[in-house]
Amino acid sequence: MSSPHPALVPALLRIADDRLILGHRTSEWCGHAPILEEDIALANIALDLIGQADLVLQYAGAVEGAGRNEDAFAFFREATEFRNALLCELPKGDFGVTIVRHCFHGLYSTLQWEALSRSTDATLAGIAAKALKESRYHVRHAGEWVIRLGDGTEESHRRAQEAVDALWPYTGEMFMQPADEADLVAAGLTADVSALAVPWRTQVDDVLRRATLTVPDGVWMQRGGRDGRHTEHLGHLLAEMQIVARSHPGAAW
Amino acid sequence: MTPTREQVLGWLEEVKDPEVPVLSVVELGVVRDAMIDRHGGVTVTITPTYSGCPAMRVIEDSIREALELRGVAQVSVRTIFTPAWTTDWIPESAKAKLEAYGIAPPGPAVADDELFPLRRATAGPRCPFCKSPRTSLRSAFGSTACKALWVCQECTQPFEQFKAI
Repeated sequence: MSSPHPALVPALLRIADDRLILGHRTSEWCGHAPILEEDIALANIALDLIGQADLVLQYAGAVEGAGRNEDAFAFFREATEFRNALLCELPKGDFGVTIVRHCFHGLYSTLQWEALSRSTDATLAGIAAKALKESRYHVRHAGEWVIRLGDGTEESHRRAQEAVDALWPYTGEMFMQPADEADLVAAGLTADVSALAVPWRTQVDDVLRRATLTVPDGVWMQRGGRDGRHTEHLGHLLAEMQIVARSHPGAAW
Repeated sequence: MTPTREQVLGWLEEVKDPEVPVLSVVELGVVRDAMIDRHGGVTVTITPTYSGCPAMRVIEDSIREALELRGVAQVSVRTIFTPAWTTDWIPESAKAKLEAYGIAPPGPAVADDELFPLRRATAGPRCPFCKSPRTSLRSAFGSTACKALWVCQECTQPFEQFKAI
């Protein structure tokens, strides 16, 4: 590739880190989910998300051309170098929080992958077209659960509503278009995420209405993850995710 | 001796998916093409089933090993993402093998219009054991990225289905 745009690597990291961090967070359910089927489902979703991150990070390494591979990006960056949305790094919470987050981020993911599948960058477009299929499968699972939990028992409704209230302040960041990506969007390389806000809200409203859940009013939207300013939770997650690779640098398995 | 493309694809029929050993990587649609250069070197183009499929590296190694055993001196494996893998590439003959092996084959990969239908409009797979159509989805996810878990209402046998994607 002849001199890639300097903003392309950070843009790829924003895409990859969402999936890597949410995927790792989701893997924490392995062996702990409320029912066996859900244990399997969440482990599968985590695997797909980490796989998507893997593909994008491989590509970021190739674009950067500085000898960093996907493992270097995943295991040898500090928290301030990660570009995921804060929503992805929040603790896994109860099953309600996990499912509502997968619904919120999954709907964003399907819209983002769909837009990226039209990227003028053929590699990114190819990865996106593939990830879109997986993402649709994931969000269907999460959305149907949100409807069943919200419109379920008094207890499941209460927990699902609490999850919506707790996560809502972290949803706005997904649609804040990073200023340094303006050229990339203009060139059709990446997607303008601010354009995804309206279709996302329409889909979320549809799910929440069927789930008898409501969106909290007048909420201040948190931000920072896209620029490397994170909650304290990310450091703890990275400590666990990175310890093996950092204890045995250069090891291959 | 320089092999032909057909010969190479024939040899790759012997390379099975490590998790579904009844299907070859060609039948699965993972192998997209084989190109032979004028020195007899072979480049095999593959595409992943799922982004996170842990079998892809094993498949790549097996392809290399199989061709080296046939005397191909220079084997390279290239991964592409476009067009995205779909279960629609699995031929009917391979679907029959899957069912005989105890895995219900995938139906057509149609994009559902409604994202959260709660009820499925399309019929489920028939039980690969007793062939009853009375089956129900137990989990949309299964033991590997490519499968879902079903149970037969007739013979009570749980079974897996290749997810249509």
